[in-house]
Amino acid sequence: MSDIFEILLTAGFWAATIRIVSPLIFGTLGELICERAGVLNLGIEGIMTVGAMSGWMWVYQGGGLWGGVLFAACLGALFGLLHAGFTVHLGLSQHVTGIGITLFASALSYFVSRMLLPSATTPPKIEPFQELPIPVLSDLPIIGEALFSQSPLTYLAILAVPVTWYVLYRTPLGLAVRMAGENPVAVEAQGINVLAVRTGAVAVGSALMAIGGAFITMSWFDAFYFGMINGRGWICVALVIFASWRPGKALVGALLFAGLEALQVRAQQSAGAFIPYQFFLALPYVMSILAMVVMARKAKYPHALLVPFRRGERV
Amino acid sequence: MIIIEPRASVSLFRAAMAPVWAVAAALVLCSVLIMWTGTSVPTAYVLLFKGAFGSSFAINETLTRSIPLIFTGLAVAVAFRAKFYNIGAEGQLYAGALAATFFGTGLITLPAVLMIPLLMLVGAIAGGLLLIIPVLLKTRLKVDEVVTTLLLNFVVLLVVSYLLEGPWKDPMSLGWPQAASIVDEGVLPALLAKGRLHFGLIIAVLMAVAMWAIMRFTVLGYEIRAVGFNAGAAEFSGIRVNRTVIITALISGGLAGMAGVSETAGLKGYLTLDLSPGFGYTGIAVAMLAQLSPLGVIPAAIFLSAVYVGADAMSRAVNIPSYIADVLVGVSVLAVLVSVMFSQFLVRWRS
Repeated sequence: MSDIFEILLTAGFWAATIRIVSPLIFGTLGELICERAGVLNLGIEGIMTVGAMSGWMWVYQGGGLWGGVLFAACLGALFGLLHAGFTVHLGLSQHVTGIGITLFASALSYFVSRMLLPSATTPPKIEPFQELPIPVLSDLPIIGEALFSQSPLTYLAILAVPVTWYVLYRTPLGLAVRMAGENPVAVEAQGINVLAVRTGAVAVGSALMAIGGAFITMSWFDAFYFGMINGRGWICVALVIFASWRPGKALVGALLFAGLEALQVRAQQSAGAFIPYQFFLALPYVMSILAMVVMARKAKYPHALLVPFRRGERV
Repeated sequence: MIIIEPRASVSLFRAAMAPVWAVAAALVLCSVLIMWTGTSVPTAYVLLFKGAFGSSFAINETLTRSIPLIFTGLAVAVAFRAKFYNIGAEGQLYAGALAATFFGTGLITLPAVLMIPLLMLVGAIAGGLLLIIPVLLKTRLKVDEVVTTLLLNFVVLLVVSYLLEGPWKDPMSLGWPQAASIVDEGVLPALLAKGRLHFGLIIAVLMAVAMWAIMRFTVLGYEIRAVGFNAGAAEFSGIRVNRTVIITALISGGLAGMAGVSETAGLKGYLTLDLSPGFGYTGIAVAMLAQLSPLGVIPAAIFLSAVYVGADAMSRAVNIPSYIADVLVGVSVLAVLVSVMFSQFLVRWRS
């Protein structure tokens, strides 16, 4: 037990937590925006793979880091539009479409990366995002290293939380998005196009997911390899439920989760001799399931989640 | 704006053609990727076809690879019929394989006529048990089953990894993480003198027929369809919806578990960590192409198996990454959604 407390006091642990949380924040916010508009997006795992591959590939082919992030976001939005076209405009099953998008998007990512790097046995590397210490603040003990000496993408992730909250809760656009997921008929009665709102939300949400994927290859690791996302997308879907569809709670949930994972990596090093490493690797997935169980009774589902909207049809 | 209205009646021909159109669309879309590789599209597809059906060896291999896909396709088809989205066939497959390994590597030895059914049974029970958690979470707490079944896939694979590297590791395996071999009585016999085709195919086809009969002629089948069509109405008319969903889940997990037994006791003879290259996920594509019809699962599984076997051969012959098969599978799932919609609905554009 005292080991755990020692770990909690090291700046390295907190820095790792913040690094692990970044892609989860992007993914969870992205999924949250889609679901708030009434569309479950199970394409997340594949869209994160696309983001991880495309952002990395952009840099590998000579592009800039931020250009890579933008490229990943655009491709993510494109897959989001595909998802929206199927689920919002054609009213097809959100579950099956999402799984189909994930199968298609991940396979396409691996195909493209194999085409562009035909003979690579070890994945080539790029120069990833460097840490950008914030003056003065980064000199603070522990917090300085953990919070203020991170990659710029991490700052972007943390910034995305209040921005998402503000847009969803304090702007007419956000109100339209939330209402599209609660009572689309009422939105339509206000003369707002539900289909357009939902399509936009899914595109923006998917772009965020792709940036989350890009973080993994451009700021965490420096290469793209098979199975890189490894269920992180599904974990984000669980986190949205855990957060009861609220951006602030999503941040808390993601932090809790990332903290446990960072702890797990360190515990694995010290307790590896007694407990098999697979136990630690399984923890994130088990915790995600538990998180959903714990919050299940309180979960406030958007009422129109999974319900396709057809103009002129009574519900 | 898109207007979608149900067709007054859907002819059998129109329904049967829907997956054909979807596959055609997928092949056309994937030809863009093939053009990128520099190989001519007809050459590539001829190579793919020959790789899957061009010789008796190829046909044998295609049928062998279709066995787990028939099982997982049936598992997904029955679950989706009740709108229970079991995406965990991959994990349930491994659960079945674990059970087969536990009982089949020396714990019990019976004559083959009893041993093989026993292994299938314990595998099915293990696969079904794995779905107990997600289905109870769904019926009791309304936790979305997609996420729980997906997450359990990762957990099960880690359990397998632990057992194969630790307690179940075969000391004779020269350091490879694999379990001891299934006893001879439990091994599914080969169907032909040459090739890897085994008795699992017969069991898979029998299960497909059994599922067809259950769905078509029994009260349970009627209840499953009713729950999937409109759970609220089913409840109102006296069907116990939760009970039906739980039974459906047990059947679904059981079928996926049998895929694991058939792969362990039929194809390899022992459990490894790479037993399934995603048969559980491909099962979703199988079920969708079959339009959730149990008998349709058989041709759909053979087709997708042919895509994988053919793509392997094609990628060896010309420079096309074998990931093209996965792309084709993904595109097929999306395409069949649209083509089935067009077969059931009139889609018009009105400005």
